[in-house]
Amino acid sequence: MTGKFILGRYVPADSLLHRMDPRAKLILIFLFVCVVFVANNPVTYGILLLYTFAMALLSKVPLRFILGGLKPILWLILFTFLLHLFLTRDGDVLFSIGRLEIYEGGVRQGIFISLRFFLLILMTSLLTLTTTPIQITDGLEILLGPLKKLNVPVHELALMMSISLRFIPTLMQETDKIMKAQTARGVDFSSGPLKQRIQAVIPLLVPLFISSFKRAEELAVAMEARGYRGGEGRTKFRQLHWAALDTVMLLVLVLITVLLVILRT
Amino acid sequence: MKEPVVKIEHLSFKYGEQEEYALKDLSLEIYDGEWLAIVGHNGSGKSTLAKLMNGLQYPQEGTVEICGIKLTEETIWEIRKLVGMVFQNPDNQFVGTTVQDDVAFGLENNGIPREEMVKRVDDSLKKVKMDQFRHLEPHHLSGGQKQRVAIAGVLALKPKIIILDEATSMLDPQGREEVLATIRDLKSTNKITVISITHDLEEAAKADRIVVMNRGRIYKQGTPEEIFQMEDELVELGLDIPFPVKIIKKLQEKGIFIDENYLSEEELVEKLWTFHSGK
Amino acid sequence: MDISLREVEYRYQANTPFERLAIQDVSIDIPSGIYLAIIGHTGSGKSTVLQHLNAILKPTKGVVQIGDRTVTSEKKQKNLKEIRKRVGIVFQFPEHQLFEETVEKDICFGPMNFGVSEEEAKERAREVIKQVGLSEDILSKSPFDLSGGQMRRVAIAGVLAMKPDVIVLDEPTAGLDPRGRKEIMEMFYRLHKEKQLTTVLVTHSMEDAARYADKIVIMHKGKVYKEGTAEEIFASPEGLIELGLDVPDAVRFQQRIEKVFGTKLSKTCLTLDDLTEELTELLQGGGRK
Repeated sequence: MTGKFILGRYVPADSLLHRMDPRAKLILIFLFVCVVFVANNPVTYGILLLYTFAMALLSKVPLRFILGGLKPILWLILFTFLLHLFLTRDGDVLFSIGRLEIYEGGVRQGIFISLRFFLLILMTSLLTLTTTPIQITDGLEILLGPLKKLNVPVHELALMMSISLRFIPTLMQETDKIMKAQTARGVDFSSGPLKQRIQAVIPLLVPLFISSFKRAEELAVAMEARGYRGGEGRTKFRQLHWAALDTVMLLVLVLITVLLVILRT
Repeated sequence: MKEPVVKIEHLSFKYGEQEEYALKDLSLEIYDGEWLAIVGHNGSGKSTLAKLMNGLQYPQEGTVEICGIKLTEETIWEIRKLVGMVFQNPDNQFVGTTVQDDVAFGLENNGIPREEMVKRVDDSLKKVKMDQFRHLEPHHLSGGQKQRVAIAGVLALKPKIIILDEATSMLDPQGREEVLATIRDLKSTNKITVISITHDLEEAAKADRIVVMNRGRIYKQGTPEEIFQMEDELVELGLDIPFPVKIIKKLQEKGIFIDENYLSEEELVEKLWTFHSGK
Repeated sequence: MDISLREVEYRYQANTPFERLAIQDVSIDIPSGIYLAIIGHTGSGKSTVLQHLNAILKPTKGVVQIGDRTVTSEKKQKNLKEIRKRVGIVFQFPEHQLFEETVEKDICFGPMNFGVSEEEAKERAREVIKQVGLSEDILSKSPFDLSGGQMRRVAIAGVLAMKPDVIVLDEPTAGLDPRGRKEIMEMFYRLHKEKQLTTVLVTHSMEDAARYADKIVIMHKGKVYKEGTAEEIFASPEGLIELGLDVPDAVRFQQRIEKVFGTKLSKTCLTLDDLTEELTELLQGGGRK
């Protein structure tokens, strides 16, 4: 889980992107997801590619680290490429291997679709790389605020998320501890036939569940003792600050969108 | 003494299906500004008593009154503002993702305006000497530090009473010392009533008054000096006695009589020195 | 079974940006039959040392010798079960490892993992449940219906049922009340004597170390700071106090007495009895020695 995988990881740094309001970043991503589907020729894709790399540079997270971290997803992208390469029958036949024919449209489509996929993943990674999970939660809570009128428990969901985030490291420590204790009692988590390894999970999962329930119970009592009774009448300590930077960043993307709409074919 | 901030009368309580009462016909008054230690072995009812002082449980018979307000379902939120509680497990009461967020949690719940909140978070973190850690996440803190944050979270609400429900029992000696030092500090600079539920003798010996619980009842109460005179009785109740008291007792067996009970080692050494030079 | 650590070093998450040196140049001998106490602050490296004793961790440098097995960073380890069968570890808050429907099944879990037949395991369960001071009828209960203290004992029974030669205890009394603490410590001491176990106690409590251990190892900042018998360790407690470590009550009191009286007692007192004896002599004998 540690390793080099970067989806969902936060890298602390002081950059333009780090300083942005999480709400602005969330809106930006949402807009970007739509914009990606506007592109449909080499020029428009080129612009998007340039924009995305510019953002990556702005994040001050080393580009090699980001790209290295996307390696596990490379397979998915490659698979997408091949899928389109073989299944699209459009334009001239470029060459054929036996009964398999590769069309010009297939290559085009393959490149575009996998590029689209790549850009989306890169941008969302940038969001999580530059925004702490709790900032994302705060941003979402405010952005989704209007849904409260539709009886969506936005506050409760946000609180749930922030508590889960808070307890992830605690649970990781606990998992490690129980694994060691059961290893000492002769459980082998890392080798042996698959069936045995699946069975080995039970002595790990049961204690984890039990302790999580106990934690949840104690946490609920502690929260109650500290006066928690739902979102009503609550004030908020953490605040978000929308600055000129955020507006500028959004405007840039809007301009690019306009440009793409003009340049698409 | 002063007026009671906690007044418990003929309180009885029993958990769901259990036969035996967790608390039986218990009456107790706790006074403003007092440090009271409630001691007893596991299962003596001391933690149940704590829960009843904060409305986490309700009396089945008898009454609990906090600062003149009787505990009922209608008054619990008012009472919880008056009574802050620090629990045993440092991890399972840490709600915030960072130190300062956690301290703010109680304030948010009570709808304190943000400017006031920032000030109070600041103040309380300084009081427990955790202000330089305000941005840290809980898994980077030691057990003792987490408990100090929990105390800060309680202090921020400016309660009249703070209950420590075995707050030091899961800590290492260092953590325990940190937390005890924090409480001593608080007692000397703030007017706050401290109720510490504990089986740690050092903690109890520093209190103004000790209540010994056994099988849901108050077995005995008095000053630490009085309580630790019970010696063997305490051991029978599953408790221990402070080291100086043990020495005095042993010396007595050997024919050296120290007339008073000394709870601190410094005092006892002084006494032995006068005894020695006075001969 | 002898265990020894030779110049052991361990780094967590070696070769990543999160690398952290936990212990360094640690050499400890644990000859068969000894009661050894390892003491230190949280973060002193004592828990890391503990995990080397049954090869849960493999040293990043140095050699761990467990019986006739040698564990080093290079060698790919196979069949570690052999080691784990003979070195039982009671982790801190062991009740957290319980998971079976009945106490009996949970106790049998360890032995059966090591190839003991079900019948034999059940036989052992009946035996060890008494050793930990519980009655046989608890065997059919769910471990989760028991009190905290009982759960702790069941978890300990689960390790004892493996019939290890070496038993490693990590803060076995954490969170218990004074009576529970004393009972558990006395129980392990009795087992140590009766079964000729090798016992390694990892603890914060100098009191327990002084009372039970043949040899004490003090860890500080990932290194062995001092080792020796209780008498040797506490003969000059100033260093320990400087590190912020506790010393046994008797030793601390002796220090205070010696300072105020301006004299040295004739020996290092580790227990209340030693201390009061010396005090009596000092007070009744008058004069300085």
